[in-house]
Amino acid sequence: MVTKTEGEEAGSTKVAGSSGKVSAERGLHRLFLALMAPGLVWYAVFLAAPMVVLAIFSLGRRAPNGGYQAALTLEQYAALPTRWVPFVNTVRLGLIGTLLCLLVAYPLSYYMATRGGKRKTQLLAMVVIPFWTSFLIRTYAWVFLLGNHGVPEVLRLLGFGDVRLLNNSFAVLVGIVYNYLPLMVLPIYVSLERVDPALRQASKDLGAGPWRTFRQITLPLSAPGIVSGGLLVFVPVLGEYLIPVLLGGGQTYFLGNALADLFFQSRNWPFGAAVAVTFILLIMVLIVAYMRFANKLIAEGREVPLL
Amino acid sequence: MRRTDISRWIDPGLRWASILTYVFLFLPIVVVVVFSFNAGRHVTELTGFSFRWYVTAWTDPFVLRAFRTSLEIAVMSGLISTVLGTGTAIAIPSAPRWVRRVFQVLVNAAIVVPGIVLGLSLLIFVVAATTWLNNWIAYLVPGSDVHLGLGFYSVVAGHAVFGSALVNVLVRTRLASLDPSLMEASSDLYAPPMRTLFRVTLPLLAPAILAGFLLAFTFSFDDFIVAFFTRGQSVTVPIYLFSSIRRGVSPVINALASTLLAITISLLGVVSLVYRRWSSRKTEEAA
Repeated sequence: MVTKTEGEEAGSTKVAGSSGKVSAERGLHRLFLALMAPGLVWYAVFLAAPMVVLAIFSLGRRAPNGGYQAALTLEQYAALPTRWVPFVNTVRLGLIGTLLCLLVAYPLSYYMATRGGKRKTQLLAMVVIPFWTSFLIRTYAWVFLLGNHGVPEVLRLLGFGDVRLLNNSFAVLVGIVYNYLPLMVLPIYVSLERVDPALRQASKDLGAGPWRTFRQITLPLSAPGIVSGGLLVFVPVLGEYLIPVLLGGGQTYFLGNALADLFFQSRNWPFGAAVAVTFILLIMVLIVAYMRFANKLIAEGREVPLL
Repeated sequence: MRRTDISRWIDPGLRWASILTYVFLFLPIVVVVVFSFNAGRHVTELTGFSFRWYVTAWTDPFVLRAFRTSLEIAVMSGLISTVLGTGTAIAIPSAPRWVRRVFQVLVNAAIVVPGIVLGLSLLIFVVAATTWLNNWIAYLVPGSDVHLGLGFYSVVAGHAVFGSALVNVLVRTRLASLDPSLMEASSDLYAPPMRTLFRVTLPLLAPAILAGFLLAFTFSFDDFIVAFFTRGQSVTVPIYLFSSIRRGVSPVINALASTLLAITISLLGVVSLVYRRWSSRKTEEAA
């Protein structure tokens, strides 16, 4: 990928230049190069090259004092099963978290799209604004709320006894839903907004109850939004580091935490690189599989007769 | 009869579900801000209004230094993102098809790849590259005390990858909504490409460029995960906050967090203001 992007500028100068205004064309191409090249070089050096180096490192060995020693071996990949537990944790809580996100996001999106009226933009902005504030602070807010001196202390004063809300899967799930909700709301809202209200009216006029209208009209038509929302939430949750550390304590250990430990604690860079490469591949496979599955669902949904 | 019963509950049900969701979204942030002004240490210790935690936070030399580092990184990566993102956005429509395709893959990757992957691959890359460079420097210039490594600049590099993708998307959207005949008119009147760029294209894109810079700045200022991997010895505000949170909840953290929230939200306010101004001016011109 690196060589491709760097070889590109030379190619682009040759392509055009057939017009009569030769000097102007040449000036245009010089300008094009000057505008395009810095961005491409930046991506080649700081995005594509690091990925390549990551792949190379994953084939190496850990140096005696930590770090990387050049080698060409698959032993790092053979050791992957030792990280089975964080892998299962990540996928399990990621799936549950995404599902919870959907359950919270759908009624809100539906309300905004069908009952929002003139306040639609404001209602939507209120969902997006918290999303643009610091992820760390949003997660911290829950550490503060669920921590020993927060809600549990209030509950203690009210006579509920000792309640622990922090450092467990519950707190992690709250963190996931809280932080990623907007990513689920936006696409669902957009797809619901596109549903012609006349379709719902027609369904009602033809004698379908609210549940049936929802199941046969609204839900299938908003399926694309659910699919992209699910993907937008699930993928970043897989790479989560902060939420399990701050809200999960030592109880929930995600792939992201395993990666950070491999790089900073045991300094086993080649193994860390192998986990990271597997992680990237996993994400790609998931995206492809998910899209396939989703497309099938949507196709089936569309075939459902309107009556 | 049953059917009408269900219908009667749908509207209030939806409304209450939405209200509760908004409460869920805003309550935690509001609680942190409220308790940053509380003189007592804990939630149950409501002892009156006070600025003492703000004073403690913003007189701490570590906080001040972290704040300065964060600002410098955010300004620098914001500027780089703006230049790279705007340049590519303007050039990409006239690029050969395969360049467009490669570039689109890179922009999508910059946006989709989780921060943790971006951060750790950059960590490995910078360490590998600088080790190699340092060896060469030591070989070519014996006795030099130049030693490259992770730090300020690697954080800037990482933030600008995401930031420039952000600016690129924003500026490209605006560019698509502009009337191309404006640029064509300029070149038909024999303006050289450079002049068309600076006199016509860039001024028309200015609001999107400014908004892009502010968003890239905000992202960089708030980012934890990329900085966590690429920072070396540099300490940004989110990094400082993270280590304080791990030591335990304290009202000083509430004060710090509230200040940062205020900064982010006012920047977002500026972005939306710029956009509103821009769209109202556009309608004026049309009238």
